[in-house]
Amino acid sequence: MGPIRAAAVTVAATAPELRRRTTAAATVRRRRAVSDRIPWVAIVFLVMATVPWLGTRYDTFLASQIVIDALFAVSLNLLLGTTGLVSFGHIAYFGIGAYVCGILMKTYGVPFSVAFPAAGLGAALFALISGYFCVRLIKLYFAMLTLAFSQIVWAIAYKWNAVTGGDQGLPEIPYPNLDWMSAIPGFGDLSIGARFYLLTLALVAVALAIVHRIVRSPFGRVLTTIRDNPERAAFLGINVRLYQLAAFVIAGGFAGLAGALYGIFSRGVFADYVFWSKSAEILIMTILGGIGYFWGPPVGAAVLVWLNQVITDYTQYWSFVLGAVLLVLLFGFPGGIVGGLDLLWRRLKRLLNA
Amino acid sequence: MLEVSGICKSFGGFRAVSNVSLSVGTKQIVAVIGPNGAGKSTLFNLITGHLQPDNGTVRLDGREITGAPPYRICRMGVGRSFQRTNVFPRLTVFENLQAAFLVHHRRGGNFWTRAEDLYRDDTAALLASIGLTGQERTLAGTLSYGNQKQLELGLALASSPAVLLLDEPTAGMSASETHETIRLLESIAAERGLTLLFTEHDMEVVFSIAQKIAVLHQGRIIAEGRPEEVRADPEVRRVYLGHGLTHTQ
Repeated sequence: MGPIRAAAVTVAATAPELRRRTTAAATVRRRRAVSDRIPWVAIVFLVMATVPWLGTRYDTFLASQIVIDALFAVSLNLLLGTTGLVSFGHIAYFGIGAYVCGILMKTYGVPFSVAFPAAGLGAALFALISGYFCVRLIKLYFAMLTLAFSQIVWAIAYKWNAVTGGDQGLPEIPYPNLDWMSAIPGFGDLSIGARFYLLTLALVAVALAIVHRIVRSPFGRVLTTIRDNPERAAFLGINVRLYQLAAFVIAGGFAGLAGALYGIFSRGVFADYVFWSKSAEILIMTILGGIGYFWGPPVGAAVLVWLNQVITDYTQYWSFVLGAVLLVLLFGFPGGIVGGLDLLWRRLKRLLNA
Repeated sequence: MLEVSGICKSFGGFRAVSNVSLSVGTKQIVAVIGPNGAGKSTLFNLITGHLQPDNGTVRLDGREITGAPPYRICRMGVGRSFQRTNVFPRLTVFENLQAAFLVHHRRGGNFWTRAEDLYRDDTAALLASIGLTGQERTLAGTLSYGNQKQLELGLALASSPAVLLLDEPTAGMSASETHETIRLLESIAAERGLTLLFTEHDMEVVFSIAQKIAVLHQGRIIAEGRPEEVRADPEVRRVYLGHGLTHTQ
């Protein structure tokens, strides 16, 4: 073992000033690949922003759904891909966000600018309470407990007529007042639906930027060590449960924001939104896109929403097709769509370089 | 420095560690040896808070740490490596060590800075001292077994521990790897003024670097003292008969 010997010699030679010493390794900077230099994210964002003008009303409808699901899936992936926690009950926080925002705006006439952050905080608060218990369990037991909490939320939504509207739900949640957008050139002719889509796009973009930043922060790095090896992480000095709880609360909060947007977008909040099968849908979306990549879940959201529309035009067997797609993907590209593209891209580069 | 007194642990009816006392002085290098199943790993897990003792106490610098959670014990200055290699497989080598520095400097609560840019020099210096320079971008999970052991040592060292516990640091290594690892350990311990407590099955290794040896057999310490005393102990010779204690292979 050459390196060890070399190292032992190095240690002996430079021992006193070892800590201050900067080696060649310190100056190793990330070499940026060509794919990194193209601002993909900005391009996609700009293209998405042109939909109300260049697309049909239906396109705007689909795009709204994609954008909201993208935020929801990214919030789930903070648990799944970053922290290594499998939640079967993430819909609960989405639902709470939708209800909090909906109830505040419809029942109490609170403006969107207050109701929207309140939805995130409400969902985060519930995530704090449920997460406190969930992180005490591991793996399947953790997943089962998240499911249990989400069913409790569903039961409350379904039965608490006075507040949630029970099985009738909360229809006709008002749009926020977006008259100010008329002042922007080109926005004058846009319908309220299109305006709300643009607001949604902007808010989701900011939210995604924040989550991205969190994932790349020291806090995010700690989460990845917990994902990889919780036992070892604890012996770096990490209070594993505390960090898992923090991730759970943040993920819940962002899911709540996505839910708030969804309630307004779909003109109502209903108990169906919080049913547990929705947690499975968002899990599928996230895995389909690729949990190992920050942009995996948004891609999964786009593909799934789009596929759903295309396929239901031809056949009623949507779940069958979805199952088949998933099967191919899980066996062919365990890294999801983005993982598959990444692999393809790297092979292509190697071919070009050779 | 580290004072274990009268510690006991049973699993069901099996007494894995029974009334063990052991004291490790500052900057001392102490080895715990014993046949498989003697209770070495259990003893380590009791010290580092991975297991709760049924009885007895563990003190670090006079402060009782018995039964504290592992992350607290680590923060108090105890580093440890594990018997089966234990790194963060999906992070690169550089990210592994960098994470250890981030945690040591209590930056884990920072949600906003780019983790990538922090403690790069410290990480690089530590990488050099454990002999992994040039492997920065390798995923830890794809490293060779020996390199993973080196990385694990680095993870333990990043928190600048006062006491380092190593559970079979050379397990699974070839003779030359073992030899070099031991030299590396010795030089690092000397340079950093580390107190070292380790378990080991390779007797040559033990007798070459340990200043004090404790022999564990069926959960009890049957002998303790300087290497030559332990080597001469009749009880130890009986237990180790056929294990190559006196004539190293």
